[in-house]
This record gives sequence, C-alpha cells and structure tokens, in this order.
Amino acid sequence: MRDKRVPMRELSPEERVKSFAEVALGYSAEEAMLEAKRCLQCRDKPCVTGCPVGIDIPAFVQAIREGEFERAIAVIRESNYLPGITGRVCPQERQCEAKCRLGRRYEPLAIGALERFAADWERARGVRKPAKAESTGRRVAVVGSGPAGLTVAAYLAERGHGVTIFEALHEPGGVLAYGIPEFRLPREVLNAEVEYVRSLGVEIETNVLVGATYDIDELFELGYSAVFLGTGAGLPRFLGIPGENLNGIYSGNEFLFRINLMKAYLFPEYDTPVKVGERAVVIGAGNVAMDAARCAARLGAEVQVLYRRSEAEMPARREEVRHAREEGISFRFLTQPVAFLGESRVHAVRCLRCELGEADESGRRSPVPVAGSEFEVEADTVVIAIGQSPNPIIAMKHPEIETTPRGTIVVDEHGRTSREGVFAGGDITTGQATVIAAMGAGKRAAKAMHEYLMEL
Amino acid sequence: MRSVIVHKEELAPGYKLFVIRSPQVAKKIQPGQFVMVRVHEKGERIPMTVADFEREAGTITMVVHEVGKTSRMLAGLEVGDEILDLLGPLGKPSEIRYYGSVVGVCRQGTAGALYSILRALKQAGNRVTVIMGAKSREYIIFEERMRGFCDEVVVATDDGSAGMKGYAVAALREYLKKNRVDYILAIGPTKMMKTVGRIAKEHGIRATASLGAIMLDGTGMCGACRVTVAGSTKFACVDGPEFDATEVDFDELQRRQEFFREEERLSFELYEEGT
Ligand SMILES: Cc1cc2nc3c(=O)[nH]c(=O)nc-3n(C[C@H](O)[C@H](O)[C@H](O)COP(=O)(O)OP(=O)(O)OC[C@H]3O[C@@H](n4cnc5c(N)ncnc54)[C@H](O)[C@@H]3O)c2cc1C
Ligand SMILES: Cc1cc2nc3c(=O)[nH]c(=O)nc-3n(C[C@H](O)[C@H](O)[C@H](O)COP(=O)(O)OP(=O)(O)OC[C@H]3O[C@@H](n4cnc5c(N)ncnc54)[C@H](O)[C@@H]3O)c2cc1C
Ligand code: SF4
Ligand code: SF4
Ligand code: FES
Repeated sequence: MRDKRVPMRELSPEERVKSFAEVALGYSAEEAMLEAKRCLQCRDKPCVTGCPVGIDIPAFVQAIREGEFERAIAVIRESNYLPGITGRVCPQERQCEAKCRLGRRYEPLAIGALERFAADWERARGVRKPAKAESTGRRVAVVGSGPAGLTVAAYLAERGHGVTIFEALHEPGGVLAYGIPEFRLPREVLNAEVEYVRSLGVEIETNVLVGATYDIDELFELGYSAVFLGTGAGLPRFLGIPGENLNGIYSGNEFLFRINLMKAYLFPEYDTPVKVGERAVVIGAGNVAMDAARCAARLGAEVQVLYRRSEAEMPARREEVRHAREEGISFRFLTQPVAFLGESRVHAVRCLRCELGEADESGRRSPVPVAGSEFEVEADTVVIAIGQSPNPIIAMKHPEIETTPRGTIVVDEHGRTSREGVFAGGDITTGQATVIAAMGAGKRAAKAMHEYLMEL
Repeated sequence: MRSVIVHKEELAPGYKLFVIRSPQVAKKIQPGQFVMVRVHEKGERIPMTVADFEREAGTITMVVHEVGKTSRMLAGLEVGDEILDLLGPLGKPSEIRYYGSVVGVCRQGTAGALYSILRALKQAGNRVTVIMGAKSREYIIFEERMRGFCDEVVVATDDGSAGMKGYAVAALREYLKKNRVDYILAIGPTKMMKTVGRIAKEHGIRATASLGAIMLDGTGMCGACRVTVAGSTKFACVDGPEFDATEVDFDELQRRQEFFREEERLSFELYEEGT
C-alpha cells in the first residue's frame, strides 16, 4: 500500500470537454485518511523545504490521518491563506512532493491533494471567522489582488493593520480570476478564499489603476504608511512575425481573459464574445498554453499545441499536460512558427522544423530551426502563449522605483524596493513564476512591512 | 470607487450626454484620455472618451453613441444611477502644445471626444478650427460649446441641411485650399480618419487620429487593441489612443473592428427582443 498514492477521482474526458466543470474531484475523507497513512512523518521534514511558504506538512498530514480535519486546516492556515487554491494549482511535483522522502522508492505523498482536501472540508462547513487583532492604527495600501497581494493583505490585517487592496480589474484575484480556468480552479473556491481575506478586515477597491487613478505619492498622502506592489506579469509577449495582427490571433491573456474573467464561454448570456473556429493552434507549452488549449477544446475546436523545444522541456504542470492529452489535444514539438497567413482572418501558420542544439542560459537545449524545412499548419484561431512580462505602468510613472532591464522591480530579500516604504513581491519582481512563489514573496515582504510599520 | 450619474441630456437621436461624479478620475484625467466602463454583472468592458471634466465638482462628461447592446444599456441609465464599473484615466493624454494653426475633424458624436482637446489646444495659444460632419442638421452636436472658444467652426452635412453639403473630409480639403494648417486632429469613423491621414500626407501636415480599436482590459494586458503604426505593432490603450494619422494601417484597424460583428449583432438582437 505504500508504493502507490490513492488516485483522485476525475471527470471522464468525454464529460469534461463539454463543460467548464472542475476536472479533478478531490478526495473523500476515507481516501484522504488512507493517503495520509503513507506519510513517513520524517523528523527532518524534507518536504517542508520544498514549500515556498513552509507549511508544516507532516503535522497537517498526521492530523488528517487521525481524522482531525479541523486541526489539519488550522496547521495549514498558519502558513498559507489560500490552501484551496494552492492545493489545486501548485506544481507540487517540482515543490513539496519533489522533496518527499517516499519519492525515492515509491510515489511521493499526494501533499497537494491532501491540502486541497482539508481546504474543501473547511469550506463545506463554512470557514470560521478569524478573531480580529487589536488595531495598530496604521494603514497599508496593497496594489494588485493576485496571490502576492492577498497574502500580504491577510498577514498584515491579522496583525492589526488597516489594509486596502487596490485592483485595476473589476474583480479581485489576479491571474486566479482572469487566467486560470474554472475547470482547474472553480470561482467558488477563489471567492471563498478572497472572502476569508476580507473577513480579516481587508478592504478591496476594484477599478483602481495605481499609476493612473492614484500615484504612489497620493497613496502616502491619503494616510497609507507603506505600499506593497504585487502587480504581476501581465504584459503579453508576441512573436513579432508577419501576419500577427490578423483576425483570429489572440494573446494567451486576451483569450483567457475573455473566457474566464468575462465568461465568454457563456456568450450570449454574458456579453463578451470569443470566436473559436474549427482548428485552433496554441503556441507555447507552459500553463497558459495548456489552459488556452483546453479552453479552445471545450469551445469545440480541434486543438494543436506547437512548441519549439521537445516534450521534456515543457514548462507546464505535468497534470495539465496529461489532462490536455486526454482531452484530445495534440502536440507538435520542435516547431517554430515564422509567419501567419491569411487575408482578414488567419488560415494557416507557417512553421520551421527545429533540432535541439547547445544548452542555453536556462540550461535547456535550445531549438535551432532547420533551413528549408518549412511547412504549414492550418488554423483559423491562434493563441500565442509564449510568456508575459511585468506590468510596466507603475514603473513608468515612478522612475525612482528601480527596475531591471527585463522590467522587473528590484527588491532585496525583504521585498524592499529602492523607494522608502514601498515593497514589492510576486511576478512583478521575478517575472512569471508560480502562485505559491508569489505568496512566499508576499509573506517575506509582509514580515518586513510589519516591522517597518511598528517602528514608525 | 462609486461613479454616479448626476446629469443626462439627449444631444441627438441615439446620442446621450452624461455627467458622472467620479472625483478621483476627474482629478487626474487629461484631454484625450478615456475610461473603461461596465454596466451590468454579465456585461462587457467598453472604452469611452472623457469629453470634459470639472475637477472642483469631481465630475466627468461623456457622450455615448448607441451602437450596440452595451452602449444602449449605458444610454438607458438615468440620473442617480451608478455605473457598475468605471476605470480610468487610461491612455496617453493628447499632446497639448503650441503648433500654430490647428484643425479638428469629427463626425456627429465624436465632437464630444474632440472638445476638451481642442479647448486645451486653444489655451496653449493655437488658432483652432473645428470641422464638424454629420448626417444632417440634427446630428451636429456640441456646436455651441465649440463656438464658445474656436476661432472657426465649419459644419458639413451629408444632405446639406446645415453648412456645406458633403463629408467632413471634403470640407477639410476645401479648408486647406485657403488656409495654412500646422496640425490636424481627427476623431471619428475609421474611414474618415483614413482619409484625413491621406490628405495630411499629401499636404505634408502633421496629423493625429484617435483610434477606436476593440479593447478588453484597457490597461495593456491583452493586446486585443493592437494596431500597426509605421510598420510596428502598438497597443492602442497604452501607446495611444492617438497616433500619427499618416502612419496608421487603417485597413487593418477596420478589419479588426469588424471581427466580432456577428456576435455583436446577436447580442443586440437578443437584448432588443428582451426589452
Ligand atoms: C493562465 C495562467 C495559468 C497559470 N497557472 C499556474 C498554475 O497552475 N500554477 C501556478 O503555480 N502558477 C500558475 N500561473 C502563474 C501564477 O498565476 C502567477 O505566478 C501568480 O498569479 C503571480 O501572482 P502575483 O500576485 O504576483 O500577480 P498576479 O496574479 O498577476 O496579480 C496581479 C494583479 O495586479 C493587478 N494590477 C496590475 N497592475 C496594477 C496597477 N497598476 N494597479 C492596480 N492593480 C494592478 C492585476 O490586474 C492583477 O489582478 C499561471 C499563470 C497564468 C497566466
Ligand atoms: C479609445 C476609445 C474611445 C471611445 N470613446 C467613445 C465615446 O466617447 N463615445 C462612444 O459612444 N463610443 C466610444 N468608443 C466606441 C465604443 O467603445 C463602442 O461603440 C462600444 O464599445 C460599443 O459597444 P456595444 O456593445 O454598444 O456595441 P457592439 O455591438 O458590441 O459593437 C459595435 C461596434 O463597436 C466597436 N466595439 C465593440 N466592442 C468594443 C470594445 N470592447 N472596445 C472598442 N470598440 C468596441 C466595434 O467596432 C463594433 O463593431 C470609443 C472607443 C475607443 C477605442
Ligand atoms: S502550498 Fe504548494 S508547495 Fe506548499 S505544501 Fe501546499 S501544494 Fe506543496
Ligand atoms: S517527506 Fe514525505 S513522507 Fe516524509 S514527512 Fe514529508 S510528506 Fe511525509
Ligand atoms: S485593451 Fe488590452 S491591451 Fe489594450
């Protein structure tokens, strides 16, 4: 029984390509307790070193094993404000589970699934309202409501500071709201976690673009003593090849924004449209590409993913790639698009075949296009998901906040920027990374902010 | 932040003026900038130019042309109603400086979008002329306001019911025969702006067009609004909405504007049936 993990039930591929319902169904209490039994309760807790927010994994797993679910979630909440989210979207195979000792001989413990179980169990019972700390009388502005911003807000609110989150979009959540589709992260889960943060006393003001609606000086004038920038990496990259502005070609962000935030998959009940033709091509192989491909499949297209490297280099979560394959999505590796063809709407992508060459700065072997290997892939819809850059609006307005040539905001190990009282963390400081890395950065910055505020 | 309608006025059939209390946007907005609005829980985000603003009163003014579901729903709001979501100010402000002799070209409702820009250009010492085109007399809007500060107001209607008979671009050609012009600013239908760009190029005059690209977030996150200017891709919402009218690929813009036509029609029909 120790070698294999308890499998999680999933919707069948046939069922799920017809809807945006969640694919992974979670553990029952029995399944969770059974899986928790596999844990070796290692004294030195190697798994914890793999978790960017340092959850006491053996402790919560032990609680689940004993059926003490209340205790399990309490342990998790000590270090993680968004467990229902991380349990679903963390690339566990590269984090906590990669360090799990069981993994040396067997399948590593299903830590993410257990975390999700505890969070779902709590949500089903109604999350209890946390006790409010005594007010310190100090106020903090958090810019951006993604995982980094939510974590900072919750941490500081718990310590009695007045926190307001300013969010440019009309809904909070950052990528969790506009990027990750419902079939991976139901909005009910996101909303409950955002509600939890609100229940700590955090105010969320939507429709505020800092750098435009307010600048940072105004935030200080309004009485905020410190500012956290968690504005993410939301600027879409394009390939810069001919035909890229043809109709039917979307950035990953546009495509997912329409479908997830604006609910275009429910058009015309919702007003925002999206057009997904018969043949969709998705360029890239990260999480954004997998999400776009799986959305396109659900909207009825035949989907192909084009990636210039080989299968082994795909950056997406492993589970996502497996799910995409099961849903009928095909992959073409070592393929580099060089032009889009069409009159008004795109009808094909011209590509070159690649070979793997020397290792590049990322340590991966870089693709080298083969001269004369041109071929065309038919497509009436293309989604370009080759990565995103940091949002530049605040840096443009505030040159005193130092940035790197890549556009990320420069911070020290405590999340301090070059401007006094201004902190930053998450994708805006690292470039696109992960939900849990953004939360980890948020937590480090929040600790430093707390000290800063208490010394004022 | 709450945005509440404090005044409403019908300017012409299908054109409504709104004054909205939104103090922080009113404090920061500059001529040429726009806001994104959403009017109901299942609604889309659409851009609207701020035609005017009063910083003291904390209000902004916009002119809404009813062309589809969202603009019609917006136009149906009344004094006291709140606009569900309003984000701004967005886009780059219009470049206000001394050019010399300036001509603004618009058609019907887009006179609103041109208004505060021209007024600021007047304050910067320019000689300002506005050429206002419309289907017929009743669609000439903002004329009184324009006369309040413009050195010259030229009216052109398709049917000749007011001013000269013909399009605004024809009036511009006429005007250029008799006057020296240093700067042209066009806001209106894409075809009109394309022609203005061509005329400006022929005459070697500097010209700007404010582009109505389809927008989604309005903050640079999606690229839905991309346009080609002088051969390179720009995002209309953050790099614009104003660009050199002699360098914009207007045919591409037109194609992109029409991409969702079927869906827009369906959405509008269902809405009209339901109300
Ligand atoms: C489609 C997609 C799928 C992903 N899947 C996964 C996954 O499965 N697992 C995983 O771990 N990671 C995944 N990631 C990456 C992960 O989502 C990000 O690393 C994480 O969300 C970063 O968090 P953040 O708080 O730094 O920024 P974001 O989540 O990007 O949030 C930033 C917020 O700030 C707002 N904002 C920006 N500028 C301003 C401003 N000037 N004023 C006010 N508000 C502003 C934005 O609107 C946004 O809401 C995915 C990313 C994408 C795009
Ligand atoms: C920078 C900018 C400023 C604008 N200012 C004004 C203004 O001051 N007053 C005004 O009446 N209109 C303005 N518009 C145009 C206005 O945004 C569209 O008329 C509106 O989005 C139409 O939405 P709808 O649902 O009513 O019509 P739909 O039936 O959805 O569309 C009708 C037409 O409007 C355009 N359109 C549709 N959706 C969008 C969108 N999301 N973004 C941009 N264009 C779209 C398309 O070309 C479409 O063919 C502006 C557009 C831009 C880009
Ligand atoms: S938060 Fe993520 S990395 Fe940490 S224990 Fe949970 S699943 Fe693992
Ligand atoms: S490393 Fe694995 S087995 Fe050991 S305590 Fe952590 S989860 Fe349990
Ligand atoms: S509207 Fe999204 S980038 Fe311009």
